[in-house]
Amino acid sequence: MSKKMHIKLRVNGKEEEFLAEPRELLIYTLRERLNITGPHIGCETSHCGACTVTIDGKSVKSCTMFVAQASGAEITTIEGIGGSDDLHPLQTAFKEHHGLQCGFCTPGMITRAAKLLEETPDPTEEEIRFGMAGNLCRCTGYQNIVKSILAAAAEMNAAKEAAE
Amino acid sequence: MKDEITRDERVANLKGMGCSRKRVEDARFTQGKGNYVDDIKLDGMLFGDFVRSPYAHARIKSINSEAALKVPGVLAVLTADDLRPLGLHWMPTLAGDKQMVLADGKVLFQGQEVAFVVAEDRYAAADGMEAVLVEYEELPVLVNPHESLKSDVVLREDLVAEDGSLPNGAHGPRKHHNHIFTWEAGDREPTEEVLANADIVVEQEMYYHRTHPCPLETCGCVASMDKVNGKLTLWGTFQAPHAIRTVVSLISGIEEHNIRVVSPDIGGGFGNKVGAYPGYVCSVVASIVTGKPVKWIEDRMDNLMTTAFARDYHMTGKISATKEGKITALKCNVVADHGGFDACADPTKFPAGFMNICTGSYDIPTAFLEVDGVYTNKAPGGVSYRCSFRVTEAVYLIERMIEVLAIELNMDAAELRRINFIKKEQFPYKSALGWEYDSGDYHTAWDKALKTVDYEGLRAEQAQRVEDFKAGKTRSIMGIGLSFFTEIVGAGPVKNCDILGLGMFDSCEIRIHPTGSAIARLGTISQGQGHATTFAQILASEIGLPADSITIEEGDTDTAPYGLGTYGSRSTPVAGAATAMAGRKIRAKAQMIAAYLLEVHDNDVEFDVDRFVVKGAPEKFKTMKELAFAAYNQAIPGLEPGLEAVSYYDPPNMTYPFGAYVCVMDINVDTGVTDIRRFYALDDCGTRINPMIIEGQVHGGLTEALAVALGQELAYDEMGNVKTATLMDFFLPTAWEVPNYETDFTVTPSPHHPIGAKGVGESPHVGGVPCFSNAVQDAFRPFGNKHTNMPHDHWRIWRTANELGMHD
Amino acid sequence: MIPAAFEYYRPKDMAGVLSLLEEHGDDARVMAGGHSLIPMMKLRMADVPHLIDLQDVGGMSDIEIDSESIKIGALVTQSDIIDHAGLAEAAPILREAALQIADPQVRYMGTVGGNVANGDPGNDMPGLMQCLDASFTVVGPDGERDIPAREFYEAAYMTAREDEEVLTAITIPLPKGSYAYEKQKRKIGDYATAAAAVQIIKDGGKCVSASIAMTNLSDTPIYSANAGAALVGTSVDSAALKAAVAAMLGDIDPTEDNRGPVAFKNHVAGIILSRAIERAWSRA
Repeated sequence: MSKKMHIKLRVNGKEEEFLAEPRELLIYTLRERLNITGPHIGCETSHCGACTVTIDGKSVKSCTMFVAQASGAEITTIEGIGGSDDLHPLQTAFKEHHGLQCGFCTPGMITRAAKLLEETPDPTEEEIRFGMAGNLCRCTGYQNIVKSILAAAAEMNAAKEAAE
Repeated sequence: MKDEITRDERVANLKGMGCSRKRVEDARFTQGKGNYVDDIKLDGMLFGDFVRSPYAHARIKSINSEAALKVPGVLAVLTADDLRPLGLHWMPTLAGDKQMVLADGKVLFQGQEVAFVVAEDRYAAADGMEAVLVEYEELPVLVNPHESLKSDVVLREDLVAEDGSLPNGAHGPRKHHNHIFTWEAGDREPTEEVLANADIVVEQEMYYHRTHPCPLETCGCVASMDKVNGKLTLWGTFQAPHAIRTVVSLISGIEEHNIRVVSPDIGGGFGNKVGAYPGYVCSVVASIVTGKPVKWIEDRMDNLMTTAFARDYHMTGKISATKEGKITALKCNVVADHGGFDACADPTKFPAGFMNICTGSYDIPTAFLEVDGVYTNKAPGGVSYRCSFRVTEAVYLIERMIEVLAIELNMDAAELRRINFIKKEQFPYKSALGWEYDSGDYHTAWDKALKTVDYEGLRAEQAQRVEDFKAGKTRSIMGIGLSFFTEIVGAGPVKNCDILGLGMFDSCEIRIHPTGSAIARLGTISQGQGHATTFAQILASEIGLPADSITIEEGDTDTAPYGLGTYGSRSTPVAGAATAMAGRKIRAKAQMIAAYLLEVHDNDVEFDVDRFVVKGAPEKFKTMKELAFAAYNQAIPGLEPGLEAVSYYDPPNMTYPFGAYVCVMDINVDTGVTDIRRFYALDDCGTRINPMIIEGQVHGGLTEALAVALGQELAYDEMGNVKTATLMDFFLPTAWEVPNYETDFTVTPSPHHPIGAKGVGESPHVGGVPCFSNAVQDAFRPFGNKHTNMPHDHWRIWRTANELGMHD
Repeated sequence: MIPAAFEYYRPKDMAGVLSLLEEHGDDARVMAGGHSLIPMMKLRMADVPHLIDLQDVGGMSDIEIDSESIKIGALVTQSDIIDHAGLAEAAPILREAALQIADPQVRYMGTVGGNVANGDPGNDMPGLMQCLDASFTVVGPDGERDIPAREFYEAAYMTAREDEEVLTAITIPLPKGSYAYEKQKRKIGDYATAAAAVQIIKDGGKCVSASIAMTNLSDTPIYSANAGAALVGTSVDSAALKAAVAAMLGDIDPTEDNRGPVAFKNHVAGIILSRAIERAWSRA
């Protein structure tokens, strides 16, 4: 065991402060220390993306980041993207277009997709497939995930246009 | 009384069978509010993890836990010696063998469980594992079953008597100390006679490589022994929670009523989560020893290296036909690599699963199958990875043999299939290897598929491409992959299907609440299939209450009726049938209540969508909602209050979904890179409950098939080291490598299933693997290819081209 | 997968980094994005008792372009490379290559400095930097020095950087002519089966200069001067292509792994190189 560090994070808008071993992986911090269990653990070697969260504006696989590295960062997980009262259009679209089955990859998938749509608000199917390639799904074959993201993008763009 | 809405609207309001009802599960999953086993957090919970063998075959000279026990936070290190007094150092397998829970004197595969470290958190457990010192003496390693059957090296000394003789195994006599069983189906001599005298005979060896279901969530559990009440609760990734409860009871001696097994949300199963693993046993023991809850979760390497491989069949097919292409006989020999312990998850009487469906969709009069199970220094498992028991192997064999025969006959492979299909009027069809196919219309499906893809046009394009290639105009060749598969799912009739003596029925229990909503509980457990959505649809159509008013609950053995779980596409064929049958019991009682309230004879009312109406007087009716309330507030002579039903359904037969798939693929012969240009999948799963979910299942199954056919393998080196133990090397395709699929269907209901449904989850995998493989092999057919083994990854495709002289 | 315990440091400046390196010697490692190092630590294949996180050290996250050269700070990420408009103009091969590295999440974290400093023969940037004749600036107790990329790699994970030195920047002479980065891999996220970086200058229908390097075909990236020379003075016809490939095949030394046997890798190396040259030439 090494000496514990003072860690400060802002997770889904809430300040968190605690002492932790630097080797604590951010995914465990979220899941076990902060009880934010939306992000999941799939491969542990940064291939599957089930643990994807947004850190300071970047999509990051939180299984491959020590909590010490994250200290001071602003983190958004699926729980911060939308809830029952304020569903994100992606959450609605994934349900509407059957973009999930077992649901295990879904939080990482939606978290990543939200960032993708921020950067590329009107993506082509090819851009979605390329931009989502860091997230593995074993159930859906991706076809309906792509469909869901396209639908959410259309929905978000329409809403933006209506607001303007 | 006049309806305010039409009958069609009433039907639509139910969201019953046939509509693409949106999934009720999705609200929690899309918000990150699923509840998977690793999400469980209990007061004082400890973590367990395994010290695993780095060697594939070794004797254990010593295990020293001293340093590990000094690691802060480490509470215990369990070894086989600790489990021996409890009789838990070995456990029975589903296949009638036994398996070491913790290494008992030796290890038989890389990654085998050697010691279980129990600690306050996962960090201490990991540090403790590093500190356990194990001294090994390496032994000769056998990774090839053919060599294993000839070797003097004894893998399982426990299965050799003191006088050197070999006691019978669970499936009869054993031929060699590394031999497990021989299993036969069909008629050897008549088959050999036909083969000996046939016009055309072709023989082909093929290896269906070892792979792994690799769900995104690994296996794991939390065991909690409540010493005050004597009750054990075990949460885990179980595809068969009731069977796990029974197994835990049998091996631990804890009475079954004192064990509660719960499968929470499961992050994909695909067969990986059927078996009972050492992690479950050690967690239970550790909880009993410490008095605290103990969590064990595999990491990805543990998962790939130790729990539940699939396939690993060395198959030889021999097929004969007339000059016109009518198949006359099929013989198949299999050498099955089962690893260090026989832990295959098959119905007890079927040690090679339903491999005897290998006559496929064809009317083959004579056939014989022989399977030899063999021990090697690889991990145990042998699960059905997104297929019914060994059906993928069977369908791969026949769909390759058809192609090889077509080459021998110089015939079009689509036509060869057509002239050998079982005809519609032959159903129910008794196959040469003993199955009775329930229903099918293969010609219609095949014609629809070939027409949709413009098969003739594709062949013309391919011929042109061959010319262009030969003329040096392109380095890309084109393959047209065909497959026509018949699955055998819905295990199964209790008369011949059981696991550890437990009949493979399934169950549903329904309670209708007074205000007209309901809860139904089943013996199955969803791992993404959407049971909470689709079973409610079955019930909505059967009992006339809206699917949205019906809760489906599975996976808690304290509340759900006993059932054998979800795998082998059995949920819809078996539990779906139980659901319909239980619904019909509800309806029968509702009919009596309706007749009483409407003051007519029972037979004078009939069911209509969501109500009972008086025959000939549709204005006189009672809705199911009204009848539900009446069941609780009326004293009806001769009827008990309440409205509940339970059904345990023993299926009279399996169901036989089928389908026709076509894949169009371009292949660069220099790089071995494949490009799937088109994939068409026609599935006939009988009555369709939810088209949206069926389509999703097809997309997913095809993608897993693509992975297996084009690169996914559990590869071992000569020393028994696993070469593909992380997702760097174990191929799971991303969205980028996966095409869009075209789906289609025909509907041929099962005649014996209450709603005519057959199951679909595994069809696309079963039909997809040979389709992708055939596309690769078909591309090389004009250049002299007869057969080449999967996985068709870049270098193996390159090798095929190289061996065919295409780089010269 | 839990790494062994370590002490973590996040110094604010390079002096702090260097003093930690001096203090802990072999026991210390610097880390940028961590996406190569952390998985190795989790698998307990890398033992790092003292981990020095560079993220707070300033001055290493910039991309500077002038008329002569491009300077890329070691902490610039692959995703920064992809998004940088000026860079896409000045050295488009960097963007073309970065897009073929790993996946989106990894590209947000993975830095160019980490990619070149790690010495992993599977990484793409080392070969690319050799092609571009970049030099790496390292700073150590004795001050700063520049090491040409073509002299940096000694063997797998062995480089000319001393343990107590830190790679801080990469300087690339402004590339001239046209380019291509071609890579074959099994899937997104995989390392290359073979990858080729080609920078080529055409004048009057002839190749006047060509720089070529390949990745993951030896225990170091392979810059092949001979392969480039084989193109110079030619119109990059099929004979020249063949000569370039032959030269490269003489320089690489692939080993068998899960991506395939040696003969396959040699064949694919030739194909990928030919494609890269043809594509670069077609852009010229």
